[in-house]
Amino acid sequence: MAYIAGAYEHPTRDAGDKTLAQLQIESALGALADAGLSKSDVDGFFCGPDAPGTGPLSIADYMNLDLRHVDTTNTSGSSYVLHVAHAAQAIAAGKCNVALITLAGRPRADGRRKGAIVRNDSPAQPDYQWEQPFGMQILNMYGMTAMRHRALYGTTSEQLAWIRVAASEHAKHNELAMIRKPVTVEEVVQSPLVADPLRRLDCCITSDGGGAVIVTRPEIAKSLAMGRFRPCVRVKGSGERPQHQQGGYFEITESGAVVSGRTAFAEARVRPADIKYVSLYDSFTITVLIQLEDLGFCAKGQGGRFVMDGNLISGIGKLPFNTDGGGLCNNHPGARGGMTKIIEAVRQVRGEAHPAVQVPNCDLALVNAIGGQLGVRHASGTLILERE
Amino acid sequence: MTGRIPSDPQPTAETQPFWDAAREGRFLVKRCRACTKAHWYPRTHCPFCASADTEWTEASGGGTIYSYSVMRRAEPVYVMAYVTLDEGPTMMTNLVDCDPDALAVGARVRIVYKPSTGGFAMPMFSPVPEVRS
Repeated sequence: MAYIAGAYEHPTRDAGDKTLAQLQIESALGALADAGLSKSDVDGFFCGPDAPGTGPLSIADYMNLDLRHVDTTNTSGSSYVLHVAHAAQAIAAGKCNVALITLAGRPRADGRRKGAIVRNDSPAQPDYQWEQPFGMQILNMYGMTAMRHRALYGTTSEQLAWIRVAASEHAKHNELAMIRKPVTVEEVVQSPLVADPLRRLDCCITSDGGGAVIVTRPEIAKSLAMGRFRPCVRVKGSGERPQHQQGGYFEITESGAVVSGRTAFAEARVRPADIKYVSLYDSFTITVLIQLEDLGFCAKGQGGRFVMDGNLISGIGKLPFNTDGGGLCNNHPGARGGMTKIIEAVRQVRGEAHPAVQVPNCDLALVNAIGGQLGVRHASGTLILERE
Repeated sequence: MTGRIPSDPQPTAETQPFWDAAREGRFLVKRCRACTKAHWYPRTHCPFCASADTEWTEASGGGTIYSYSVMRRAEPVYVMAYVTLDEGPTMMTNLVDCDPDALAVGARVRIVYKPSTGGFAMPMFSPVPEVRS
């Protein structure tokens, strides 16, 4: 088993003055400093396609890393959650001792402030001709997911709005959050429709920034934590699951989190009821609701009732989520939300979250990310983190 | 409602028969001769049993709305949808010639072809008026 020894969230939200490579190295050095390690300790490097260049090569060159293991698994926003699991596996197999995982993005500085992320779809994709001509976008894939959930289970716009309300109640304590003003259910359901039934405030923000985490061997993590008088964060379980259209027989209201969650819970030998805090990729409100159901925090179809009345708000509800304000309010670097989810979960398990949102005795946390798109193709990644 | 004009599908050797038939107003679905199951989107190898013995079969053109989403900020507004074909599989498409505020998951729809920018016949669907008894 491996441990997350360092975590760092880049403070910028608008990186007009920095290159992607700068954001990568600043994030990496931040996580190394947090761990009490230096760049020369890194022997494994994990990155996504946000790292410019061929796989890990340009950034490894730029940072002058001395590596013996790399992994560029790309499942879009969930990549970094899978990287933590893959790093733990590589460490257990003796392939590396100190794994650096980075993310950086600057879509705002690059002028895509409206959130229209440039897609890299190619006609060589076998699905291209059956989807792209019809105006497929991230928005309408999630819109169709929410519409079907509403049709099958009666989920209302007010219920989805509670997810945004909870995120905003957390973001008001985070001075780095892009949007700090709390919103009400009424404000969310009165915001304009963008892709029925999703409204503007059901959608996440787009920000510049980055983040990094360090995964390492138990003995290294324990000696580092002892020197810093803080608890260790153990990767107790993990799971991953790509999900797609299954030849045309699929249920878009069920995500890969069913399988990735089941795998992680079995490995960690814990149950959903044992989890004190969750970081869930909140690309849209519906993404959170479906992960809650599929991870087993409530029955399928009951997500709407589960999130109501502040149940996700720290200090009020039973299951605090995204206490930094999440991608809905705080930070969504490069539209790849998995990294920031890991970072806030590490803060919670260490007891280092903002005091106003710190979950008491947070000894077990879950991270889940959906990369790609609900509604068509995605990969879910789950981590269960334990304080030790 | 005037529809959004779809972009060209860029057919491949694997899919050319579909687009040729669509030009003639025939809607083809791939079915596996080995396991008899129809699939979407069309491909050479059956996604269920992996047999390469798949054939183009003419579909009825009828289906039901699996889900949909109205793109309110697009100009023109358009409706993204999944339609479950009577033959079994569910396909991504657009709902056209319809009132976006009068759609419902489960409603009956029928195929209608709309031209892409380059003149391909794109398979889309429009609601079937309910028969009142």
